Amino acid sequence: MLERLIRELPRFFSPENLAFLAQGVGMTLALTFIGCTLGFLLAFLLVYLRQTPGWWAAPVRLLAITYVEIFRRIPFLVITYLVLFFIAVFVDNASLFLIAVVAICIYSTAYTAEIIRGGFESVPRQQIEAALAMNFSRWKTLTRVIMPQSWPVIIPPAVAFMISFIKDTSLVSQVGVFELTFRGKELNNMGFSGILVFGTIALLYFLMSYPLTRLGAWLEKRLAASRHHRPQR
Amino acid sequence: MPHLDIIDLSADYAHLKVLSGVSLSVEKGEVVCLVGPSGSGKSTLLRVLMGLTLPTAGAVKVDGREIDYHSKASVRAARDRMAVVFQQYNLFQNMNVLRNITIAPVEIKGRPRREAEEEARRILARMGLAEKHAAYPDQLSGGQQQRVAIARALALKPEILLLDEVTSALDPELVNEVLDAVRGLAAEGMTMLIVSHEMAFVREVASKVVMMDKGKIVETGAPRELIDRPKTERAREFFGKILRH
Repeated sequence: MLERLIRELPRFFSPENLAFLAQGVGMTLALTFIGCTLGFLLAFLLVYLRQTPGWWAAPVRLLAITYVEIFRRIPFLVITYLVLFFIAVFVDNASLFLIAVVAICIYSTAYTAEIIRGGFESVPRQQIEAALAMNFSRWKTLTRVIMPQSWPVIIPPAVAFMISFIKDTSLVSQVGVFELTFRGKELNNMGFSGILVFGTIALLYFLMSYPLTRLGAWLEKRLAASRHHRPQR
Repeated sequence: MPHLDIIDLSADYAHLKVLSGVSLSVEKGEVVCLVGPSGSGKSTLLRVLMGLTLPTAGAVKVDGREIDYHSKASVRAARDRMAVVFQQYNLFQNMNVLRNITIAPVEIKGRPRREAEEEARRILARMGLAEKHAAYPDQLSGGQQQRVAIARALALKPEILLLDEVTSALDPELVNEVLDAVRGLAAEGMTMLIVSHEMAFVREVASKVVMMDKGKIVETGAPRELIDRPKTERAREFFGKILRH
């Protein structure tokens, strides 16, 4: 078996196959980056709506809470299928990339909303009262006082979530998105050894995740020292 | 007409009555000191005045105009005329001293940045902190932070300044730094409502002392009258205990 693997190596690592895998890596990173970034922005909006004061905003708060509670409890693959079939009702031949991005976005919005909410709520109440006493609007209080002080709490878990999602994007191969795992299946179907193909795929996932994990750890160390210290320069 | 008129003011914290029918008039340029045991409602009174805790009954008037604490516009207008300095300073930890002082004048009141910064430097110099403009709160001592908090309140150009136990979180040697700053303001004629436990300071700066207990005003009088010759049993007991130390 080992001999067969060694014989296959030059053919497997041909320039065509390497380009094929590189496109898969690009697709995986694009899905993760676009889906999680959009999810983070939508999560921010969701938390802002959830914390809107006043009785008139009660339906908005309820809607935001319901969204988070529901979508955090549904497996990502099920969300992906739901998006696939739901979009199919309205759009013929919808792009699989779009379907995957929407699914990632829905899932990451629900998850990162809780991370952002935890970060906002970690800012001492007295800081907010000081801003209120000086007539800061809700938006100014958020952007000038709460957000700068909550980044150290939000960024490390948000980065960790995004890194973990690099691996979870492999699930969208189930609906035919041409990302890294799907390309692995294709190469395997072309007759290459499963060990060689998925060993390489595993190595590529590791190479994508590891530097980002180190980045996350560095950010955590840099930011989590204390929000009570001046920003590091 | 009183500068600040508090009429029969009440407030609750989760059904617990913390202010009960408080009435108090403060004339322009007057320094009124609120004294009393912990939990007597002194700090709550300042919070209610600033609209940080909603009153359940009563009225507050500034120059005869009543503040409607259920109206954002009315509360904003009141906060334009009053400023508070908190017991725990509450400086923004993510901003340096200069930004802490100029952020509201520039971003809320729309003053030109350069003008606000020049004004901030002047106030800081008056507080003896001219060289600390670039420091962050965690680089300052408690006394310095408290003086920055006072500078931040003054930069808002308030007509009425509310000070909530501004020396209670400080080491004894830092207390005078802050009290000197407040003495200066009193001498300049700033209307002030001060919560304090520093009886020597109260005697010196107050034009009127108000003793509170259990959310109510127990007795009001000139410092020498109230502190040295209290009329009520509760005030005698309170001053007897604190002056013994």
